[in-house]
Amino acid sequence: MAKKTLTYEFVKGIWRENAVIKMLLGMCPALAVTNSASNGLAMGLASTFVVAASGLMVSLIRRIVPGGVRIPTYIIIIATFVTLAELFLKAYLPDISKSLGPYIPLIIVNCMIMGRAEFFASKHPVTPAVVDALGTGIGFTWVLVVLGAIREVLGSGSIFGFAFLGEKIFTPWVVMVLPAGAFLSLGLMIGVINYFTLRKRRAA
Amino acid sequence: MAGNIEVNKGDSLIISSSPHLLSKENVHRIMYTVILALIPAVAASVYFYRLNAVILLLVCTITAVVTEFLVQRFMKKSTTAFDGSAAITGLLLALTLPPSFPIFGAVLGSVFAVAIGKQIFGGLGFNIFNPALLGRAFLQATYPVLITTWHDPVAASVMVDVVSTATPLALMKFEGVMTPYWPLLFGNVAGSLGETSAIAILIGGLFLRLRGYVNWKLPLGYLGSMAVFGGIFWLIDPSKYPDPLFHITAGGAMLGAWFMITDMVTSPTTPKGQWIFAIGAGVLAVTIRLFGGLPEGVMYSILLMNAIVPILNRYTRPKVFGAVKQAADRAGGSSR
Repeated sequence: MAKKTLTYEFVKGIWRENAVIKMLLGMCPALAVTNSASNGLAMGLASTFVVAASGLMVSLIRRIVPGGVRIPTYIIIIATFVTLAELFLKAYLPDISKSLGPYIPLIIVNCMIMGRAEFFASKHPVTPAVVDALGTGIGFTWVLVVLGAIREVLGSGSIFGFAFLGEKIFTPWVVMVLPAGAFLSLGLMIGVINYFTLRKRRAA
Repeated sequence: MAGNIEVNKGDSLIISSSPHLLSKENVHRIMYTVILALIPAVAASVYFYRLNAVILLLVCTITAVVTEFLVQRFMKKSTTAFDGSAAITGLLLALTLPPSFPIFGAVLGSVFAVAIGKQIFGGLGFNIFNPALLGRAFLQATYPVLITTWHDPVAASVMVDVVSTATPLALMKFEGVMTPYWPLLFGNVAGSLGETSAIAILIGGLFLRLRGYVNWKLPLGYLGSMAVFGGIFWLIDPSKYPDPLFHITAGGAMLGAWFMITDMVTSPTTPKGQWIFAIGAGVLAVTIRLFGGLPEGVMYSILLMNAIVPILNRYTRPKVFGAVKQAADRAGGSSR
């Protein structure tokens, strides 16, 4: 494999190999917590912290972990950082922690994080591993914020909790804050992105 | 149509490729016949709800056709907006809405029905779910309060202020009150536009049946299984459960049986599959009506059965005439 620059490793996670819209990883949090933009942001940042910290850790110990037990090892590392994030949110942002509910502990089984550990951090030195993880985390975060914003605007007529559409002029679409709305908006979002990506590629 | 055969006027021999026998059927003809069959139901809804019905029917139909046109323009496909299928989707959607439904909601539902329900799958013939019902389901989830606000048709037709009331199914379910048959058949009961008059829909449905555009197995299986399955509970406890005739005349059962479940695109192609499809939907509808959280189950029963149509088509394939069992199995297995 050709040597790639750090910038490349960072940028690829934001768009070209974006976890949610390109690789369809981490669907569960992307669908479950994005009923508001702030929930999406909190989930994205928490996952970014976990993926970066576990990337660092996995990369550090990559030479001393026997191949046969590497997956359990990664899970324990990831679980440790998820617990840290969970306790931090509980202590300093109790409201967000309450609205995200069980989805914070469920970051442990987010396949995006496991994937980064298995396919990248365990095969690369510390710096690229962390840069790659940060890029992936930021890519995850922006998708969750955009998805959360779409659903919040249509489903509650507000954005980041700020209601700018009055009840008089806009009747909120209740479906958008329900699970069905999550599937609809994520599907349409990926579809539109694919449509324009393919069109550009065909034109080029 | 008669595309590839030239009318033979002289004695010359004309050679052309098959098919040689052409019928006059095409999408236009079928669709406009269905619209014709919907006229009694439309007339009944206009009679009972006057201006409200006219506005809703027009808004839904026009929005559906315009959406189809715009989406196909955007996708750079040749337009099928005027073949009548989009107009039917709009009309059927309007017939499932309550008369007081706001216009912006009707527009949203029609756009969703045509754009997401049909065009995203590839247009007419490729949609998995009945587009009109999908639009209705979307509106049900989007405006749960607006779509369950019903008005008394008698009050509406004499132009007094609108009187809110419950539908016969809701009366049965939540208050244990039965509505007599005559209003159910004739239509002066509360409900959505096309839900009120069972007779008007029956006339349109029988007309379609005479023209051969309705597979008799589907309405018969649907209404029959509703009556039988509902009748079992009625026999168990007549004071608690409604009788079979109530099941097939109240709510959207007639509209569903003649115009929704018979959709050529979203029903199975094999005879056995059609029976399973129709009977399954009837049982589901009664189950939702009697034991579910909603008073009406016709919409979800048909949508749920639509979802398994591909499976029904695969597993109810008729046996090839003269084929040995093993050979048939192998043929079935290899196509998986």
